[in-house]
Amino acid sequence: MRRLTKIAGAALVVALTATACSSDGDDQTGAGDQLCPAEGDGPKIGLAYDVGGRGDRSFNDLAAAGVTQSVDELDATCTELAATANEPATARAERLRQLAEEGHDPIVAAGFVYTPEVTEVAGEYPETSFAVVDGAAEGDNVTNLSFAPQEGSFLVGVAAGLKTETDQVGFIGGVENFIIIPFAAGFEAGVEAVNPDATVEYRWLSDEGDDTAFNNAPGGETAANALYDGGADIVFHAAGGSGAGLFTAAEEQDKLAIGVDSDQYLSAPESQQEHILTSALKRVDVAVFEFVQAFVEGDVTTGFDVYDLARDGVGYATSGGQLDDIEDELEDYRQQIVDGEIEVPSEF
Amino acid sequence: MRRIVPGLVAPVLAFALALGVTLLVVVVSGASAGTFMSVVFDVPAERNVVNMLNNASMLYLSALAAAVGFRMGLFNIGVEGQYRIGVFFAAAFAGQAWLPGPLNVVVAILVAMLAGAAWAAIAGLLKVTRGVSEVISTIMLNAIAVSLTAYLLRQWGIRPENGGEIRTVPIEEGSRVPGFDIPFLPGAPNEVFGLAVLAVVAGIAFGVVINRTRFGFELRATGASPTAAVASGIDVRRKVVVAMLLSGGIAGLVGLPLLLGSTYTYTSTFQAGLGFTGIAVALLGRNNPWGIAVGAVLFAYLSEQATRLELLVGISSELVVVTQGVVVLAVVIAYEVAGRYRRAQEQREVAEKLAETPGTPGNQEVAR
Repeated sequence: MRRLTKIAGAALVVALTATACSSDGDDQTGAGDQLCPAEGDGPKIGLAYDVGGRGDRSFNDLAAAGVTQSVDELDATCTELAATANEPATARAERLRQLAEEGHDPIVAAGFVYTPEVTEVAGEYPETSFAVVDGAAEGDNVTNLSFAPQEGSFLVGVAAGLKTETDQVGFIGGVENFIIIPFAAGFEAGVEAVNPDATVEYRWLSDEGDDTAFNNAPGGETAANALYDGGADIVFHAAGGSGAGLFTAAEEQDKLAIGVDSDQYLSAPESQQEHILTSALKRVDVAVFEFVQAFVEGDVTTGFDVYDLARDGVGYATSGGQLDDIEDELEDYRQQIVDGEIEVPSEF
Repeated sequence: MRRIVPGLVAPVLAFALALGVTLLVVVVSGASAGTFMSVVFDVPAERNVVNMLNNASMLYLSALAAAVGFRMGLFNIGVEGQYRIGVFFAAAFAGQAWLPGPLNVVVAILVAMLAGAAWAAIAGLLKVTRGVSEVISTIMLNAIAVSLTAYLLRQWGIRPENGGEIRTVPIEEGSRVPGFDIPFLPGAPNEVFGLAVLAVVAGIAFGVVINRTRFGFELRATGASPTAAVASGIDVRRKVVVAMLLSGGIAGLVGLPLLLGSTYTYTSTFQAGLGFTGIAVALLGRNNPWGIAVGAVLFAYLSEQATRLELLVGISSELVVVTQGVVVLAVVIAYEVAGRYRRAQEQREVAEKLAETPGTPGNQEVAR
C-alpha cells in the first residue's frame, strides 16, 4: 500500500510538472480560433511559434499580428503551429519541414531558438522562403528579421532621464543575454545623454537557461520594489511576462514604469495606466508583415534585414500623453539617430 | 492459463482505457475522432522513424535511471537535474579537447556519469544521514541544477561571432560520434545517433545486474520489504547511496546521444524535460527493461505525431501530453486491478486446496 502511495505521489509530481509547463496556455487562444482563414488568393504563410505560442501578449502575439495584417491586406492564408513544452529536440525542425511539405511559402519562425533548424531545413527546401525573428540563420532563402532595440531603448532612456526627479532610474532584464543586453545598453546611453548626473541600477531576474525569468511576475515585482526602495523613480523592463510585476509595484509605490515590445499602456489595467510612462517598441508585427509583403512583390531581402528606428521597426509609445511636454526633445534625438549623428551602443 | 490471462488483460485494459479517454478529449475539444485516429495511426515517414528512435533512446536511458531507484522503493525524481548536470559537464569537458578524438568521447561519457552520480549522491547522503526524503531533495536539486548550469555557462561559455546564445566551446570534428543508417529505412535523410547504442548497453547491463547478481537481489529485496532486508543482514543505508549513485550515473548519460551526435555544444535551449518524461516511461514499463523499451518507443511515437496532429487535424499538440499522461495512469490502474484480481484468485485456490486436505483448519481461517 505504501508503495502504491509513493507511485501515486510520483505520478502526481509528473502530472504537476507537465501542467506547470503548459499552464501559461490557459488564456491562450486555441488552435480552433480563427486567425487563419481557409481561403485566400495570397501567399500561404506557415507560422511556427516557440513555447508559449499565441496568447503571450508579447513576442508571439506580435508575430501573429503581422500575419493577421497579411491576411487582411494581402489576402493570405496561413497555418500556425505551436511548440509543446519539453518537446524532443527534433520537433522544431520537424515543424518547419511539415509546413514546407504542405506547401507553405513563406515560412516564419518566431524566435531565435529556431536559428539552427531554419538553417538546416531551408537547405532542404531551397524553393521556399524562410524568416526567423531575432535569428541568425544562414541560407540563400533565409531572412533574419533583426531589430535595433537599443535605438528605441535609447529614446525611452532619454524620456526617463528627463523625467526622473531622483536622478536614479532602474532596469529589469529577464536574463543577461544577447537579446536583452541591447535594451539595457541603449537605455543607459539615452539616460546619460540627457542627464549625466543620473545613475542606472540593474536587476537581472536570472541567468541564461532559466526560461522562467520571462514568466515570473512575482520576481519582477520583487526586483521593482528593490529598485524603487533604493531611490529609483522610473524603472524600464525587458523581461517579457515578468514585467507585469513591475507595473504592480509601480502602482503600489506610485512610481513610473516603462514597458517593452508592444505599447503596454494599451494592454494594462486602467489603474496602472497612469504609471506607465511609455514603452520601448519592438515591432515584430511590422517586420513580419513587411517580410510577407516583400515576398509577394518578389523582392525579399535575404540575410539580415534590420528593423531600426529609420524604418519604424523600433520606437517609443506615446499613449497616455505623459511625454507630450518633452516631445520635441525626443523627436530631436530620434532624428539624430536616424541621421546617424548618434550611434547607439548595443553592448555595455 | 489463470496466470497468463491477467498478464495480458492489464496492458490491453490500459490501452483501451487510454484510447477511450483520449478520444473523449478529442471529441470534447471539437475535432473529429475519425481524422484523429487516422493521423495518429498513420505510418510515419522514414525520417520521422529515425527521429523517434533517437528520442526513444534518450527516454529509455532516462527511464532506466528512474527504474534503478524505483526497484528498491527509492523515488529519484531528480533525473532531470542529474542529466542536465551530466550533459553540461560532458560538453564543457569535451569542448576543451584536452584529449584526442575517440578518447575524448570515452572520457566525456565518464565525466557525464560521474557528474550525474555526484549530483544524485547529495540526495542519497541526505537521506541516510539526515533522513531527508529523496522525493523532496531531488525535486529541490532539479531547480538548483537549472540555476547552477546557467551560472556556470555564463562563467565558461563563449558567444558565437554572428550573435546568438552563449554556449560551451563546440566539440571538435574528431570527437563527434557519427550516426548510422538503419538498413530498413533507406530513404531517411537523417541518421540515428551513434550513442543510441548506449541505451542498448545500459538496458542489458540493467537486466543482468538487477536480475542476475547478488547486488540486484539485495536491491529488489530492499524494495520489497526494507525490514526483511535489514533482518537478513542487508546494509540498507549503503544500498540507498549505491542505488542513488547508479541512478544518477545512468541519468548522466541521458543527454549524450544528442550532445555528441547533433548539437555538439550545450546551450540554454538544450533539450529539457527528458528526466520527467522518463519517470512516466519507467512507470509505464513497470521498471522492467523490456517494458521500458516499449514505453519509450510509445512516448517517442506520440511526440513525433504531435506536429502532424496540429497541422492536419487542428488539435493542439499539447493533446499528446494529455495522452501520455492518461497512458501512464491507465497502466497504473490496470495493473493494480489485475493484481488485486490475481491475489484474490490465489487466495481462493489456496483455500480450495486446504479445504480438500483433511485435518487442516477450514477455509475461513485462511481467507481471513
